Amino acid sequence: MSVTAAAMAEPDHTSLLKVTHLTMRFGGLVAIDDVSFVARQREITGIIGPNGAGKTTLFNCITGFYKPTVGRLELFRDGKVAYLLEQMEGYAIGQKARVARTFQNIRLFAGMSVLENLMVAQHNKLMLASGYTIFGVLGLPAYRKAERAAQEKAVHWLERVGLIDFADMSAGNLPYGAQRRLEIARAMCTDPTLLCLDEPAAGLNPRESAELNQLLLSIRDEYGIGVLLIEHDMSVVMGISDHIIVLDYGKKISDGTPAEVRNDPAVIRAYLGEEEEE
Amino acid sequence: MAATTMTGAKPAESVARIAIKEALLTAFLVFMLAFLMIGFRTEAQQGQQLSYVTRFAAIAWGIILVPLGRILLVYNRHGRPMPALIGGGLAFVYLFGGALVAILFDVLVIPFNDYFGEAAGASGIPLPFADPIVDGVFGLGALYLVILALQTMRHTAHGILTLEQREAKEARSATRAKQLSLVLGPALLALAVVLPFTPWSDRVLVETMTLILTYVMLGWGLNIVVGLAGLLDLGYVAFYAVGAYSYAKLSTEFGLDFWGSLPLAGAFAAFFGVVLGFPVLRLRGDYLAIVTLGFGEMIRITLINWQAFTGGPNGITGIPRMTFFGVPFDRTPEEGTQSFHTLFGLEYSTMHRILFLYYVILGLALVTNFLTIRLRKMPIGRAWEALREDETACRALGINPTNTKLTAFALGAMLAGFAGSFFAVRQAFVSPESFVFLESAVILAIVVLGGMGSQVGVALAAVLLIGLPEVLRELSLYRMLAFGAVMVLIMLWRPRGLLAHREPTILLRRGSGKRPQKAGATT
Repeated sequence: MSVTAAAMAEPDHTSLLKVTHLTMRFGGLVAIDDVSFVARQREITGIIGPNGAGKTTLFNCITGFYKPTVGRLELFRDGKVAYLLEQMEGYAIGQKARVARTFQNIRLFAGMSVLENLMVAQHNKLMLASGYTIFGVLGLPAYRKAERAAQEKAVHWLERVGLIDFADMSAGNLPYGAQRRLEIARAMCTDPTLLCLDEPAAGLNPRESAELNQLLLSIRDEYGIGVLLIEHDMSVVMGISDHIIVLDYGKKISDGTPAEVRNDPAVIRAYLGEEEEE
Repeated sequence: MAATTMTGAKPAESVARIAIKEALLTAFLVFMLAFLMIGFRTEAQQGQQLSYVTRFAAIAWGIILVPLGRILLVYNRHGRPMPALIGGGLAFVYLFGGALVAILFDVLVIPFNDYFGEAAGASGIPLPFADPIVDGVFGLGALYLVILALQTMRHTAHGILTLEQREAKEARSATRAKQLSLVLGPALLALAVVLPFTPWSDRVLVETMTLILTYVMLGWGLNIVVGLAGLLDLGYVAFYAVGAYSYAKLSTEFGLDFWGSLPLAGAFAAFFGVVLGFPVLRLRGDYLAIVTLGFGEMIRITLINWQAFTGGPNGITGIPRMTFFGVPFDRTPEEGTQSFHTLFGLEYSTMHRILFLYYVILGLALVTNFLTIRLRKMPIGRAWEALREDETACRALGINPTNTKLTAFALGAMLAGFAGSFFAVRQAFVSPESFVFLESAVILAIVVLGGMGSQVGVALAAVLLIGLPEVLRELSLYRMLAFGAVMVLIMLWRPRGLLAHREPTILLRRGSGKRPQKAGATT
């Protein structure tokens, strides 16, 4: 496994997430088998691999939906290990470690309005500002100010993703592409340090895909956060990733820049060995 | 109905054949259902003996009438509404009209039976069933046929609704519901405030309204749990019981008055909400419903069996009655103390206490309403609704699902505790019999029929569900049948509740609000 050497290098100050020897077993099935890699700040890390390679399972481990069988997930802040994600409660990973994610099958609050979706994303901040609801019910000005700030942030993101005209519409009535963008906006409203996107380009037409690329690049550059990106659409992954990790049958088979990965014989074997990938 | 006309691609089978086939099947079904349940009726003879009478004639009429209706229905479904219109119309006029005459005749003649002899039901119109109410129900069934026929005629005239038209229709109905609640809410409130002073108000009406308002409050409390947080709670009555018994014990043992024990009763109920909620809230949907149902029963059975503390099945009697903030409503106050009527220099009347109770429950219900409306716009309220929509997404956003659910559960329980205290002070007697599962079911029905999350809808549903059985007392035996029929009709007419619409908790009021074009042409 020569490819792991690069990833196992000591993390430098830009490291954001270090995954070490991550293994996830479901009974006899090994969904992720001893995977290690580092994702850095201000970088988009693409995760690709054939269907069933364990990409979404990896996300579920990072965001606390699964407890890994073996392995360590370290989240860095200011160059130091700040959180051990594998030991945290699911919701706390969003609340404290501020790892945000989107879902492969969009999970919006369909019955609530677009704006409300973004307000819910700022729940923890608003909850504190409202004195755990008590000041809020009394209508104290501190809470009203916090709510206005939250709304401004929501408006900012609605403008960014081009949904400002539909703020008061219920989220379930948006077309598919708009729902994908809203989900990204909702994740960004939580002020994440790491954004995990599970197939954000699925079901988008080429133009929407191109717009998504622009959005992700600007998120990386303006907010300086790290992005983990699962994607099947090679034009997206190859176009914007700084660094790509390839999984196959739960194992990491390649790790490097897009150009390196594209020419890696192991990757070519994995992809050509499969029937239709896309 | 009309959609089937389009898909009638198999012309091989004629409408007549389908109609006969379905009619035979229906006749068989009617026979199977009615044979034992309708066909035999047990009656207690003098001397404790049970004997039975047969009612085969009624079954025979059922087997004739129901399949006839089915045939008309089949024709209607295949785009021929005329038979249903005419047949249904005639049947309706004859059966319903005949039943009406028979009932009126009964009502007018029975009191004078002494003069006319046994003349009950002898209106002279031959009706298929012995009981005119059954004839009336069949008449209503025929009316339904007529309505269906009219709908078919309208649809064939206007063509079938497209998807967009249907969407627009739904949107219109939501807007109507919204406008209606805006008007209806204040109107109902104003009516509730002045009701006791209207000329037609009397003791019975005010007491019925007090009962209805108790259920309005319970409905609004449960609405937080079921309507907002989406937690199906089938044991809500347990917290109502905790509140009632809290007041009963606090007042009889520690001499606390209503206002002193109200916060404590609420706190106890909320505490029970947290204790019961904590282990349970990890469960979702149906499982949660089953466990809460179990908890409701556990509380009731504890109340029955813990003789020493709760008085067992006999309950607790002699609970102090409501006072006017410490001033009793007695006719003759104790030496040296005031009573309500002497304090205000009024003539003594039993209505004083009844009116005060009415305004207390009105106030409590309004506080519940205000709290709910306010909480919905708080972060916690939005988190409740978000949890109802998608718990997984909530967790990904860093919302602690257990705490959020617990607050909803505890708050709902606290409001039920308040309502329970009020119940105990009004009745001056509590026993486990008042807290059976049926109560939970009725409260849940109020929330669901009202339209989950709609405050005005819940109030309306409480008026219907609690007021109607009171009004229907006249129908005695058929009371629950009529009650069920009304519920079925509401669910047919408005499957999402009387006033189902959801207003966003925060509005931007910018942009067109139009549906964006497909394929993201907006960016």
